[in-house]
Amino acid sequence: MPDAIVAEGLVKRYGDVVALDGMDLAVPEGTVFGLLGPNGAGKTTTVRILTTLLKPDAGHARVAGFDVVRDVRPLRAHIGASGQYAAVDDHLTGAENLEMVGRLYHLGTGRAKQRARELLERFDLTEAADRPVQGYSGGMRRRLDLAGALVADPPVLFLDEPTTGLDPRARASLWDVISELVAEGTTVLLTTQYMDEADRLADRIAVVDHGHVIALGTADQLKDQVGGDRIELSLTSAADLATATRTLAPLAVGSVQTDTAAFRMTIPVTGGAAALTSALGRLAAERIDVRDAGLRRPTLDDVFLTLTGHETDGKIKETVR
Amino acid sequence: MNALQIAVADGMTIAKRNALKIRRAPDLLGGVVMLPIVFVLLFGYIFGSMIDIPGMTYGEYMLPGIFVMTIVTSAQITGYTLTLDLQKGVFDRFRTLPMSSSAVLTGQTVSDVIMNLTSLVTMAVVGLVVGWRIHTSPFEAALGFLLLLFFSYAFSWVTATVALALRTPEIFNNVATIVSLPLVFLSNAFADSTRLPGPLKVVAEWNPVSTLIQAARELFGNTSPAMPAPGAWPLQHAVPVSLLWTLLLLAVFAPLATRLYKRSVSR
Repeated sequence: MPDAIVAEGLVKRYGDVVALDGMDLAVPEGTVFGLLGPNGAGKTTTVRILTTLLKPDAGHARVAGFDVVRDVRPLRAHIGASGQYAAVDDHLTGAENLEMVGRLYHLGTGRAKQRARELLERFDLTEAADRPVQGYSGGMRRRLDLAGALVADPPVLFLDEPTTGLDPRARASLWDVISELVAEGTTVLLTTQYMDEADRLADRIAVVDHGHVIALGTADQLKDQVGGDRIELSLTSAADLATATRTLAPLAVGSVQTDTAAFRMTIPVTGGAAALTSALGRLAAERIDVRDAGLRRPTLDDVFLTLTGHETDGKIKETVR
Repeated sequence: MNALQIAVADGMTIAKRNALKIRRAPDLLGGVVMLPIVFVLLFGYIFGSMIDIPGMTYGEYMLPGIFVMTIVTSAQITGYTLTLDLQKGVFDRFRTLPMSSSAVLTGQTVSDVIMNLTSLVTMAVVGLVVGWRIHTSPFEAALGFLLLLFFSYAFSWVTATVALALRTPEIFNNVATIVSLPLVFLSNAFADSTRLPGPLKVVAEWNPVSTLIQAARELFGNTSPAMPAPGAWPLQHAVPVSLLWTLLLLAVFAPLATRLYKRSVSR
């Protein structure tokens, strides 16, 4: 399968700040590619370069076969983009918003109107079609914004944090829509800070930090990369936590994460139940009270923590390496 | 479609969007219709009771000044709207569309001309009620309104440039107020600028706003032989100099604003 999106060595600087530092990407046609990373990792900058909003300082990229710097106009005719903020006009109705986008894609007035109605129906906005967007809920706005990205039926779609700030129900309904699109063959590049979103939607995931890709693979590959199981312990005091961290360090196959406020710790291990038994034995020998103990498979959160040393939602946990 | 046809069609699409917005947004409509009425009545009665203009009523003298003041202040709506669109990511959407890159700004400035036309008609009607009269031929009067509209169009490009450079609505509003107040009041809008003290007089006489007001007064016939003749060169040739100013503003600021737009992204 040819690649719908290719980026090689993209660099973007803002003064002294390096937003992108050698970003490489390859997204095969008809797949969903997830860019996962914390705020400031370079996800949005990448999308802005690929959608021709910004020019890279170095490197090059092609989308649907068009160069992002040299073939701006034809490239724009082959992409749809939906941003973090729903870029819809409050004073216009849902239908007027979509018709305007259709006319700006030069579909012609009749076709623009028809396409607007089709999309409103598909996104479950028919009832609200002739009301000003002002009265829409956050979820409705995002759906309308996404509909705007689909007006010209683009083969490549960019979704920059499509569900940030939405309630769980609105997120789930947006996820369904995105899944449907992919089933129809659209190539999607999705940025997100939510693991579950990447897990649910993306065929392949690139973990991004400090402006470049630090890990790449399917969700399962990334989880395997982090190692096998993890022991989660809940203790009763900070002193115990410190002792336990020292005591259990030999068992860990990666970094041990501790949460000093909740007296909790996570230890990546191999060997499953045997490792848990061994850990509990060591803690008992040190007379440490264990409030709760458990064994679980890694999640993408763990992948992220292990790879970047910080959490996705901006909270920094203490990491003992 | 060729590039020009696309540019015109896209500009019309954006202008239509803005026109719909003005019709639906009560705050914008207030700025377009209510504010000019308040200007005419307030300035007419307050200054009219204090300032004596030889050879004519104050209402006649003042209205061209109010016309220009309204044009200058309502051009700020252009800039303000643009900063809002920029902030909300509307420009990001537009810039990922295969549309003409000049269309967003031409559409915005064209719809502002429609808005200014509405304001001018409103003020003219209220003016006629409170005693303003046109003393020239219909042709000259029409030329007066056209000159005002043409200048307002050019001035919208100035505020568009400033808005795209400053980016945020709050900063834009502050700067626009700080700049536009002296521009309007250090002029011949409300009082005879020849009576101002030395340096202020020079500023007022060379202020393009004064030139435009003088041009409007001449084209509407709101001048009086009893008034001292303006000494400064631009005021002696007010109509052609106003036209020159308008062309100069367009030539400088239309390309500048378009360049800023092409590089603008929300942050």
